[in-house]
Amino acid sequence: MTKEPALRIVESQVRPGRLAGKVALISGAAQGLGAVEAVLFAQEGAKVVVGDIADDLAAGVAAEIVRSGGDARCVHLDVTREDDWSRAVATAEQEFGALHVLVNNAGVAQVPSSIPDLPRAEWDRVLGINLTGMLLGTQAAMPALARAGGGSIINTSSVAGLVASKAVAYGAAKGGIRLMSKATALHGAKENIRCNSIHPGPMDTNFDGVYRNETTLVGTLARIPLGRLARPIEVAYGALYLASDESSFVTGTELIIDGGVTAI
Amino acid sequence: MRRLDGKVALVSGGARGIGAAAARLLAGEGAAVVVSDVLDDEGETVARTISESGGRARFVRLDVTSEADWQRAVDVARETFGSLSVLFSNVGINNGPKPVVDVSLAEWNHVLTVNLTGMFLGARATIPAMRAAGGGSIINTCSVSGLVASGSPAYGASKGGVRQLTKAIAKQYAADNIRCNCVCPGPTDTAAIRAFNVTDDQLTGKAATTMLGRLARPAEVAAAVVFLASDESSFVTGSELVVDGGVTAL
Repeated sequence: MTKEPALRIVESQVRPGRLAGKVALISGAAQGLGAVEAVLFAQEGAKVVVGDIADDLAAGVAAEIVRSGGDARCVHLDVTREDDWSRAVATAEQEFGALHVLVNNAGVAQVPSSIPDLPRAEWDRVLGINLTGMLLGTQAAMPALARAGGGSIINTSSVAGLVASKAVAYGAAKGGIRLMSKATALHGAKENIRCNSIHPGPMDTNFDGVYRNETTLVGTLARIPLGRLARPIEVAYGALYLASDESSFVTGTELIIDGGVTAI
Repeated sequence: MRRLDGKVALVSGGARGIGAAAARLLAGEGAAVVVSDVLDDEGETVARTISESGGRARFVRLDVTSEADWQRAVDVARETFGSLSVLFSNVGINNGPKPVVDVSLAEWNHVLTVNLTGMFLGARATIPAMRAAGGGSIINTCSVSGLVASGSPAYGASKGGVRQLTKAIAKQYAADNIRCNCVCPGPTDTAAIRAFNVTDDQLTGKAATTMLGRLARPAEVAAAVVFLASDESSFVTGSELVVDGGVTAL
C-alpha cells in the first residue's frame, strides 16, 4: 500500500481530462500502484473498472473515485481465471459502453530462492499470475478494444524484465511480458490497438517492500542514480501517458521508470 | 494548473518539424520557451505564433556547434524568463543513405559535429543553469537509428552516441536532480524525411516499416517531449522513449 496520502480528484476539471471519454480496466487495482493508477485515470476523466481479488479494498478504491466525482465499478478479478476476465470486460462494456484501455498490473513477488531450490509450484504460480494472467487479460480485452475502434494495453513489467533478477521466476515472467507486449503490438496494430510495457524500478509499496529490510534497502538505493525509491504516482503517470492519445505513435516499446537503474 | 507551469525550456532546432511542434506544445502546457535555430525567419515565426496565442516565447539564433551561441541562448533564457529548467536538444542532420566506403571524412565529421557534439555542447552549457534552478530535464532527440542499423552510417553513429551521452549525463547529474533522457522517433512526417523520400512510393515505403503503417506526426513526438519535460516523469532518467509506431519492435 502506498504510504502517501490518497489522491483526491481535483475539483471540477478546468480542462478536459487527458483520458476524457475513455474506459479503463485495471487489474490489481485494490492497492499499491494499481490503486494509484485507478485514481489518477479517473482524475483525468476515464471511467475505471477496478479489478482485484481483494474485493473489499477494490470496492473502497471504486467508492473513493465515485465520492470524488469520478465513475468507477469494481469487479472480482483473479487474473488466472478466464471467466473473471470475461466478466470484467463485460462490466466495462455494459456499465460504461466500451473498453479503451487495459492496464495489466496484477502481479506477485516470488519467494526468494536459489535456482536449484526453487519449487516447481512456485515457478508455476509466479508465471501463471504474472505472465499467463496478462495473456488472459489481453485475450479478453482485444476484441472489446477492437469494437471500440482501438485502444491501449499497458503491461506492467519491471526492471527485472530488462536485467538480471535474483528472483528467477519473477524475472522470467517480467521478461516474457516485455516480448508478449511486442507480439501484442504486432497483432493489434491493424485494429489500432497499441501495446507497451512499463518497467518500474524499486518502488515504495508493500509489494516491493515485503522482502526488503534496512540492510537490503541501503544496497537497493545505492543502485539507483536518483538515490531514492519510486513513488507509485511516478509510475502511474507513465501509464497515463501510454493510456492517452498523446502516445498514439508509441507501440511495442518499453517505458522505463527506474531512476536510472538500468542506465548504469 | 498546466503540466509545465513555471518551467523555462530551451528548444534547439525549433523553427521546423519536431522542434517547432514541441515548442508550441511546451508553451501550450505553460512553459516559457526559448525557440532557437539557424533559420531566423522561421524561428521568429514560431516564437511569434506562440506569443500571439497567449504563450511566452522568444527566438534566439543558435548554431549548435557554437559554444558562444549556446551560452547566449542560456543567458537569454535566464534574462528573459528568470531561469532554465528544460532543454530539448533537437537539432540533427542526415546526410542520407550511403555505403560506408562512400562516406567522405568531411561529411562524417559534419554529421557527428552537428548531431553529437552539438548535444554535448548543449548539455554543457545548460547544466550549470539547471543546477542553479534546483534541477531540470534534458531531452535529446535520438532516433530509431540510434537503436538499430541506419542506412546512413554517420547518422546512425551520431544517434548511437546521443543515446550513450544521455545515459552519462543522467548518471553524473542525478544528484543535482537533473534528469536526462532521449526520445527516439521513428519515421516522422517532416521536411527532413521528405528530403530523402521524395516520391509517394518512397514515403509509403517508410510508413510500411512501422506496425501502425503510417508516419508519425511531429506532435506525437512532441507529446513525448512534454512528458519527459514535466515532473510527471520525475523518476525517468537515462532511458529512451521510443516513439516509432513499432519499427524497432519488429
